[in-house]
Amino acid sequence: MELSRDEEDALAGRKGEAIASAYRILVAIGEATGASRLVPVKWAHVSGVNYNTIGDAGAQFLDKFSRNAKVAVKTTVNPMGYDRSHQEDIPSKFQEKQSSIVSSYERMGVTPSFTCTPYEVFDIPEEGSMVSFAESNAAVFSNSLLGLKTNKESALSALASSVTGKAPLSDLRLEDARAPKVGIKVDFKFESELDYGLLGYFAGKMVKDSSVAFDIPKPSTIEAKALSAAIGTSGSCGMFTLGDTKEKISFGKKEAEAVMDELSTADDGDVITLGSPQLGMNELDLLAKATGGKKFDRRCMIFCSRAIHNQAAKVGLTGKLEKAGAEFMCDSCTCLTPYVTKEKYDSVVSNSIKGAYYLNNSNKVKVALRDIRTIAEDYAK
Amino acid sequence: MIIVNCKKIVGGSGEGPAIVTTQPINFLAMVDAKTGRITDQKHELYDKSLKGAVLVFPYAVGSSVGAYAIFSLKEYGDAPSAVVCTKADITTASGCAIADIPVVDLPDGAPAIKQGAITRVEADSGVIRVKV
Repeated sequence: MELSRDEEDALAGRKGEAIASAYRILVAIGEATGASRLVPVKWAHVSGVNYNTIGDAGAQFLDKFSRNAKVAVKTTVNPMGYDRSHQEDIPSKFQEKQSSIVSSYERMGVTPSFTCTPYEVFDIPEEGSMVSFAESNAAVFSNSLLGLKTNKESALSALASSVTGKAPLSDLRLEDARAPKVGIKVDFKFESELDYGLLGYFAGKMVKDSSVAFDIPKPSTIEAKALSAAIGTSGSCGMFTLGDTKEKISFGKKEAEAVMDELSTADDGDVITLGSPQLGMNELDLLAKATGGKKFDRRCMIFCSRAIHNQAAKVGLTGKLEKAGAEFMCDSCTCLTPYVTKEKYDSVVSNSIKGAYYLNNSNKVKVALRDIRTIAEDYAK
Repeated sequence: MIIVNCKKIVGGSGEGPAIVTTQPINFLAMVDAKTGRITDQKHELYDKSLKGAVLVFPYAVGSSVGAYAIFSLKEYGDAPSAVVCTKADITTASGCAIADIPVVDLPDGAPAIKQGAITRVEADSGVIRVKV
């Protein structure tokens, strides 16, 4: 990969150690992806905010890094571990470490978005814009439906982009990788967003390329979010298109059931957790309508961004759902949240494939998978 | 001694017994940073320790924060001494760049590295030396 004189200087440490390490990251990922050069990006979305995802080593790294670097482009950040206005029994050590991480990012000048759906909260740049998104559901959604160009960045590569304003020109930033060679031949009746999650998880597992095609009509936003999050969870695929390809892999009832068998590991759950990705206005609307005037018979935690919460509050949507007994947890999401531990809960009810994967494997809590409408029908009485 | 040509992804040198797998690794979900051991019972490297080894694997999968998991391994002293990939991915490259762990890519048709073989990776020269 070729670097400009300015970039060489930065790599050599002439702009400080933090920028040098950012360029070391960009050079490494550039070599890995066969990039010819670096290009400017308009927006970086950084993951690695929840203390449970980066741990003490990560928190210490960010503390040091943030004292020597500021963001060079608009930078938004992923959810943290919990909602600071709902501390509950979150251990004080977790709170301190989480606070340190938040301070580090704020010191760098990020937009304190704490959302995994920045595409639902912020203005979208024009089609064709280069961005650097670490949150996999956001990378897939933005590549596939918004015409933005990003690779499935790691937390560190997006961080590197945030302070340099650059990313390697490779893979999904180039048209060749964006045109899928393999497609999924879908022989399945979709009944909910959960079904799109099953398809996405299957596709991510089966397709090693950066992009995949689905021979299905355009999904709704709720369906596309579920599809994107699931694709991002199971493999390296970072984009889908809608259409046909020569080489096809079949997805039908059998394949869907196999994913359900893997991820739906309980018949029922002690608590309902909705997120992964954080809920948007569409999901909140759907949930409110499906709940009717009834009340949830168990704790129902709705994870959404503070921005969406504010929007929903203005139209009375949060009030409706709170009346049904739901609780809003802002700035956080299901994946690796300290709200959900195996000490507190044996199993949870979730509508998210991505959520189910991490709840099962990382939180070590079983999951009863149901779509949003079924959750409302089964548990609101 | 077998000499295998390779492509530098992250520079530096490292040596150790090869730990070889054809299965991708999810560093966040499958590796205990505090011990360097693979914790996923379904993985063929289950319970093996990465500490001081030359990890030979296809690529990383899973969460974007896997890069921090690799960094944590180094901080806790359990990191591999070098990493050899079939096709290095962004998580592996970025995590190892920050953790100063050399990474190289194997070309197609490269000879297989035997499980346990003492292996030296010299990323800057683009060479892997495997003791037979």
